[in-house]
Amino acid sequence: MTAALVAAPARRGRFAPGVWAAAVFLVLLAVAALAPGLLAHGSPNDADTMAALQGPGAGHLLGTDANGRDIATRIVHGVRPSLLTGLGAVGLAVTAGTLLGLSAGLGGRVVDEIVMRAVDVLLSLPNLLLALVVLTILGPGTVNAVYAIALYLVPGYARLVRVQVRVIRTSGHVEAATSLGLTRLRIIRRHILPNAFAPLLVLVTVEIGIAMVAGASLSFLGFGARPPDPEWGAMLAAGRDYFSVAWWVAVFPGLAITLTVLAFTVVGRRFQLRLEGRTA
Amino acid sequence: MTALVEVEKLTVAFGGTTVVRDVALRVDPGECVAIVGESGSGKSVTARTLLGLTGDGADVRAETFRVDGEDATFHTERQWRAIRGARIGFVLQDALQSLDPLRPVGREVAETLRLHGLLPRKEARARAVELLRAVGVPEPELRATQYPHELSGGLRQRALIASAIAADPPLLIADEPTTALDVTVQAQILDLLEARRRTGTALLLISHDLAVVSRLADRVLVMKDGEVVEEGATADVLDRPGHPYTRTLLAAVPDGTTRGTRLSAAGRAAPRPPREPGDVVLEARDLTKRFGDRTAVDAVSFTLRAGETLGLVGESGSGKTTLARLVLGLLDPDGGEAAVDGRPWGELTAKERRALRRHVQVVYQDPLGSFDPRWNVRRVLHEALEVGDVPKRDRDARAAALLDQVGLPAATLDRRPRTLSGGQRQRVAIARALAPGPRVLVCDEPVSALDVSVQAQVLDLLADLRDELGMAYLFVSHHLGVVQHVSDRVAVMKDGVIVETGPVADVFAAPRAAYTRALLAAIPRIEPSRTSLEATT
Repeated sequence: MTAALVAAPARRGRFAPGVWAAAVFLVLLAVAALAPGLLAHGSPNDADTMAALQGPGAGHLLGTDANGRDIATRIVHGVRPSLLTGLGAVGLAVTAGTLLGLSAGLGGRVVDEIVMRAVDVLLSLPNLLLALVVLTILGPGTVNAVYAIALYLVPGYARLVRVQVRVIRTSGHVEAATSLGLTRLRIIRRHILPNAFAPLLVLVTVEIGIAMVAGASLSFLGFGARPPDPEWGAMLAAGRDYFSVAWWVAVFPGLAITLTVLAFTVVGRRFQLRLEGRTA
Repeated sequence: MTALVEVEKLTVAFGGTTVVRDVALRVDPGECVAIVGESGSGKSVTARTLLGLTGDGADVRAETFRVDGEDATFHTERQWRAIRGARIGFVLQDALQSLDPLRPVGREVAETLRLHGLLPRKEARARAVELLRAVGVPEPELRATQYPHELSGGLRQRALIASAIAADPPLLIADEPTTALDVTVQAQILDLLEARRRTGTALLLISHDLAVVSRLADRVLVMKDGEVVEEGATADVLDRPGHPYTRTLLAAVPDGTTRGTRLSAAGRAAPRPPREPGDVVLEARDLTKRFGDRTAVDAVSFTLRAGETLGLVGESGSGKTTLARLVLGLLDPDGGEAAVDGRPWGELTAKERRALRRHVQVVYQDPLGSFDPRWNVRRVLHEALEVGDVPKRDRDARAAALLDQVGLPAATLDRRPRTLSGGQRQRVAIARALAPGPRVLVCDEPVSALDVSVQAQVLDLLADLRDELGMAYLFVSHHLGVVQHVSDRVAVMKDGVIVETGPVADVFAAPRAAYTRALLAAIPRIEPSRTSLEATT
């Protein structure tokens, strides 16, 4: 008799519906950002006071707000400013963080100490407070909100890059390149920078979502996009006043924010798994 | 007599890949059985299956599967737990990973006793100290309160054995128990296992090293690709190996008797003619390097001539890798100097240093770590050729030629190092080192991570390249057999000092330093097999 001691394992499927759904959602976001007209007709600021605060239904899929504007249309048109906030803030933070991390990781002890203590100071301030201070100084607005969010994302990137650089600069392949006789600059450009950057990509996808929420929070508080711009945080803030009579005005923008963060996180995690599987 | 372990037709598969096929194994009380094989042979999986630890997703089948006198075919996790530790002790290779880093080793050892309800907490602690003393841990009361990272590799391994024998199991399974250890420490651990056996404990020893098992085992099973290819009494298997694979394994072991011959199966015939050493290409004068209070390299001097191999032997922490890095100009010495082609690193500008680097190249123990993980072999070689001033359009052809020189097909260019085997990776690393046309090759433990048959091929390749290109080697290794095989001269290093140096035959035949004698005495050997093997071939 040949006995099976343990049941044969189920092969791990490559198909992950959640990841696919998230990816499709991100594609929709991209379409909405590039050509909102494809997903929604009409202007986001078309007010129709006769149709104010209509519930979700046939005429207005997700209902209308207090000015009778179509919420679905506004959400679709709100993708672009939200995404720009996310991409802009993260892009800025990655650039600045990488430069700081590189100089701390490659420079001497003095440079390292100065940069990292400055980063620690930034890190010790509550995120939102820091952003509000910046916006109070610079004045409210979408672009300034991007700077404010970037500022509080910078420390994370700077630290990550520094640690990566520290590990990579003593790794075998950098020593091998050194013993070949490559110049220091070439080693940094070819070996250290690209390898330090790889794990950042995962963080970037996740943090685009976080930056979008931050942008929405600042708009919600009245420091970001100004009315009547269709920005999700501002829409959420406007809907707050009508929540007891017209829940949809606040809920759908809120849902848009939640789903976006979720989609970026799911896809980012997937990247991370891929990357870890690759390096393991 | 009831066998402690008895399996027949044991087959283990992971997701459709069979890693162990039709293995029969029996260990009787008081017996020492060894499973020998190279990586991927299925020896570890076999051992772990005997403890119900095959792993997630394994498909295990057997006709007979009896552990500790009972049919274990349908043992539950609970039943396995009752066996582990109490009936079968398990000793793993890497004691640092196998011991809980957040717990003093004394508690780790005591845990086995408490888990199986053998002793109450207080007595278990006292017994743990006794056990640590029994396995030869000095100052056991102090050591019991220390954490794994505070102990040396040898002490950790002893602690691990102490916890494995705590419940006095009739069978001890040891999976590569000495592989991570220095040779003198290895000898002590083998002594310990032997002493354990004399008290009546059966041993199942898993190893890649025939010499290690030949000292202890009554019977040997040789595994290859998941199957047992040969089985028999140790002396018979070593003296009269029946299977070609066993013969290859035995022949591949480097030592003094193999000097100047080929180790790998392909055409091992005529010994090489002795070489005439050329000009001095590398010189160290009173090289000294300190890290804080510790002197890692202490006034070391040597010369190396073209076409010559200097073996640098020492145990971990002896300073041999630091010395290699000084010679490569990767570290600045605190005293003395290292000169390549008569040009001391210290007297050169940054630009001159870079230019000099191509004359002295390096091959590391871990080739994978020495490649940029994002790059394929083509880019790795192109970068090295770029340094050697090979014009861009010629680089592909030169890269293919280099691969050919190290015995790899040109198709390897598009592979990533991670998808290559250990031996292939080391060949690529050698090809890269050859690319700039070096006069000196520093080999830092180049074969220590490789299986013995692959090690044989790489050692043969290095010897061929030296004869072909007239390079000089500084060959750093902890493995005395390897050093004895490849070197013309040998330098023995201990605590940063070269304690003995001379022609390899002299040093190995008549060691002068006490440390060298201790090192040589500690090497596990398979003497009888070597002579009879040569008689039969």
